[in-house]
Amino acid sequence: MILLVFSFRRNSESGVEARQESIWILGFGLVFPAVILGALLAYGLVIGAQLSPQNGANAVKVTAEARRWEWRFTYADAPALETTGTLHIPAGRPVDIAITTADVIHSFWVPRLAGKLDAIPGHINTLRLEADMPGTYKGVSAEFSGAGYEAFTFRVIAHTEAGWTKFLQGQPE
Amino acid sequence: MNALERHRKLTEIWASDKGFKGWFSTVNHNDLGRMFLVTAFFFFIVGGLLAMLIRVQLATPHSAFAGPEIYNQIFTMHGTVMMFLFAIPTFEGLAIYLLPKMLGTRDLAFPRLTAYGFWCYAFGGSMLIVAMLFGIAPDGGWFMYPPLTSAIHSPGINADFWLIGITFVEISAIAAAVEITVSVLKYRAPSMSLAKMPIFAWYALITALMILTGFPPLILGSVLLELERAFGLPFFQVDLGGDSLLWQHLFWLFGHPEVYIIFLPAAGVISTVLPVMCRTTLLGYGWIVSAAVALAFLSFGLWVHHMFTTGIPHMGLAFFSAASTLVAVPTGVQIFAWIGTMWKGRPELHLPMLHILGFFFTFVIGGLTGVMVAVVPFDWQAHDTAFITAHLHYVLFGGFVFPIFAGVYYWLPHFTGRKRFFCLGELAFALVFVGFHVTFLAMHWVGLLGQRRRIPTYAPEDGWTAINLISSVGSFILAIGIAMILVDVVLHIVTAHRGRRNPWNATTLEWAMITPAPAYTFASLPRITWRDPLSAEPDLAVSLARGEGYLGTPRHNWRETLAVDIASGKPEMHVLYPANTRLPILMSAVTGLFFLSLLMKFYWTVPLAMGGVAFLAWKWVWGLGLRQDQAVQSVGHGLSLPNAATVARSPGWWGTAFLLTANATFFGALLFGFAFLWTIAPGWPPPAWFTPSIFELGVGISGAALAPLAIRHATRVNESGGTPFPTVILALCGIVALGFACASLMWRAPTPNEHAYGATMLVLGGYGTFHTAISGLMGGFLTAQIRSGYTSANRRAAFPIVGLWVKYTSATGVIILLAAHLPGLIP
Repeated sequence: MILLVFSFRRNSESGVEARQESIWILGFGLVFPAVILGALLAYGLVIGAQLSPQNGANAVKVTAEARRWEWRFTYADAPALETTGTLHIPAGRPVDIAITTADVIHSFWVPRLAGKLDAIPGHINTLRLEADMPGTYKGVSAEFSGAGYEAFTFRVIAHTEAGWTKFLQGQPE
Repeated sequence: MNALERHRKLTEIWASDKGFKGWFSTVNHNDLGRMFLVTAFFFFIVGGLLAMLIRVQLATPHSAFAGPEIYNQIFTMHGTVMMFLFAIPTFEGLAIYLLPKMLGTRDLAFPRLTAYGFWCYAFGGSMLIVAMLFGIAPDGGWFMYPPLTSAIHSPGINADFWLIGITFVEISAIAAAVEITVSVLKYRAPSMSLAKMPIFAWYALITALMILTGFPPLILGSVLLELERAFGLPFFQVDLGGDSLLWQHLFWLFGHPEVYIIFLPAAGVISTVLPVMCRTTLLGYGWIVSAAVALAFLSFGLWVHHMFTTGIPHMGLAFFSAASTLVAVPTGVQIFAWIGTMWKGRPELHLPMLHILGFFFTFVIGGLTGVMVAVVPFDWQAHDTAFITAHLHYVLFGGFVFPIFAGVYYWLPHFTGRKRFFCLGELAFALVFVGFHVTFLAMHWVGLLGQRRRIPTYAPEDGWTAINLISSVGSFILAIGIAMILVDVVLHIVTAHRGRRNPWNATTLEWAMITPAPAYTFASLPRITWRDPLSAEPDLAVSLARGEGYLGTPRHNWRETLAVDIASGKPEMHVLYPANTRLPILMSAVTGLFFLSLLMKFYWTVPLAMGGVAFLAWKWVWGLGLRQDQAVQSVGHGLSLPNAATVARSPGWWGTAFLLTANATFFGALLFGFAFLWTIAPGWPPPAWFTPSIFELGVGISGAALAPLAIRHATRVNESGGTPFPTVILALCGIVALGFACASLMWRAPTPNEHAYGATMLVLGGYGTFHTAISGLMGGFLTAQIRSGYTSANRRAAFPIVGLWVKYTSATGVIILLAAHLPGLIP
């Protein structure tokens, strides 16, 4: 844009057209973006790979099933337990959330913990997240699902180690 | 004959009927281009009013302005109207109006098709507007994701309006794309080689080819979803072997090229207007053409970046992320070529130039946020928030609306022959520019704070109140600016005084005529050996008006022009255009009846409408028949050319070839869908496979082998003066055999309502049957022509066209039969 402003200055001596072409198009048009974008892409891919679920053996496994308009969560460590609208996780441990839906497409999004991942009928998508601190985090569904969409929210409660054990045993804190 | 007499005589030949009745029968690109543009801007106003309603709703928390049911219709229609009823038709209108003038010819390749496309667009668009007025407009978001839009979750008629109305409108896009492709390739001034074409024609050609390959997946998706909604064929229902992800793939396979289909024509406007505003020539013509071609190819490899959050494996994401960043490179080449052009020249701040600067500023920001969302981890956060809405408005408003306004102000004197009088335009630009940036910068911000797109309201404690209010205020400034532009244009048309020809001192051919453009466009056709013809020959307009070019003498009340060799621009044939007719509007009305019958579920009128279309199409082509052999015609300057009906590769052949390109993309997308469901959808294998039959397979494939051979033989026999009748009948027999095998596949498709496999078999069989019916109809037409003496060794153009259809039908028929029968035959 700075270049744009300068173009209004009358340049006293314009070079040969071929030379201008090579400066503008090869220099600014091809080389400059290629270098910047290449670096950005590599950075993004590395971060993306780190955010994807690895083979973490100590990851807590939960499932999240969406329907219009509530989320149901079940826990691999306590098969009898089901919560609605609130997901309980331990803080400081990676959690793998298997996301799916019983009706239309929804999206699981807890902005402070991870990016969003869609809940698609018949498919199970796994999201890895980890809460560093115990606390309550707000979550929303981020895929338009008809009238009622705006109120489609949930909570994630990250427990301390002791609180998590209690929760799994079915005792309220 | 002096210039004035020539003008009167040619006007008499080319003019449309007097009064408003002329609108219904005109086939002239001058009229139809204007009609397209006016209609498109009508829809722009509609879409803009919807946008205002959205901003009213979001201006304050807990707004009670519209309930969610109405609000969902408003934002769905805003997106739909702007994309399908404003952006694409504006390109079509501009290209239809400008191309013949820039290319130095008198009309587009298929004038009646232009009219048919316009009426399909007008009728289809009206269907959607009527739905909105009755409060039953589509409400599933403009990309209509099933299962939200399937019959279970959206039982009303709303979604059907979208699927059927948009498919109807798409007919006009396909028609215009075929028209533009053939016109750019074949209908140019003598000696205008591809390398001498005005840059806008390159952009129009690339865009048209992209429409031909980009729209069919969407049409297929709409057809499949409508079949699911109306007849319960479960293509997108996961418990019955379908997969809702298939829709997303088909939709974005269209949707991403669509972004470039919208941007490229705007880039064409900039590449045309910018050098004129800077008193210089375009820097790097060849580079710009290559960049546009590269963009077209790359844009088909990007669709998955709209689906980064659907759980696609990270390797796949890496590929599409790389492609998405790569696409910034050819865009960068174009931007820098334009900036280089400005450095090379001396920019003058006329009104079109202001809008171009608006484009630069806005589009570059949109491009940068585009690079941001191409980075996968960032997209996981930003996806489906107001940040994306803001990004896409920067790209579309910056990359399309500003350049179009520049184009409107640039070509306005050409449309009207008048000088701008009021200076509303500059003030309007300032309001639009400021209003736009206030609105959408705020929207980026609120998106990063977590506001999702498409929410009807929000709570005060979300903390978005102030930003949304700022955004809404900005949007009203923007709306006032746009209203002022429209007022300015209307005032210009009705009040300003006459201006001189070529007010910008432009060098392209469209200014080498009196303005407003006469019905016949050029009094005689120029010979073009320069890329900037008017700088080489400043008096070209006068010499053409004096009839010093080709075809300078009006004769026999013919609407005549020349068609040229694609690469070199060497004159190749002499073309006679059809005159004014109501056939196009009638045919699009009957086509509309077909779509309306489907919409209202009056299924008994469907075959009636189909028969009506077939009858009118027959009449349409029959009217072109010639009873006498055509001698070569003198076209001036000592040149004589054969008539288009006496060559092997007539314009009709080229049109058929490009129509079949679009058709083949449709078929390819159907095969992709089949393979996708088979490999990805969870509910497979199906409970029952299709029972193969060696007999049917054998009959079908023999028919598919016989028909093309027979039609080829018939073409040869006809050219050597023999009677082609028996071999055409033989070809028809082959078509019938293939049709039998395809119809049987439809009939025996296993439980199409219970599994997507059977439904796919039904659709594949239906595709084959439909095409054998078309080929049969064409074969029958050819037989009737032969019997009535409309063909001869001289008048031979119909044979290769029928041959193309027959070959296409046979090739796709064989693939369909193999796809259906082979899995069961291989143990």
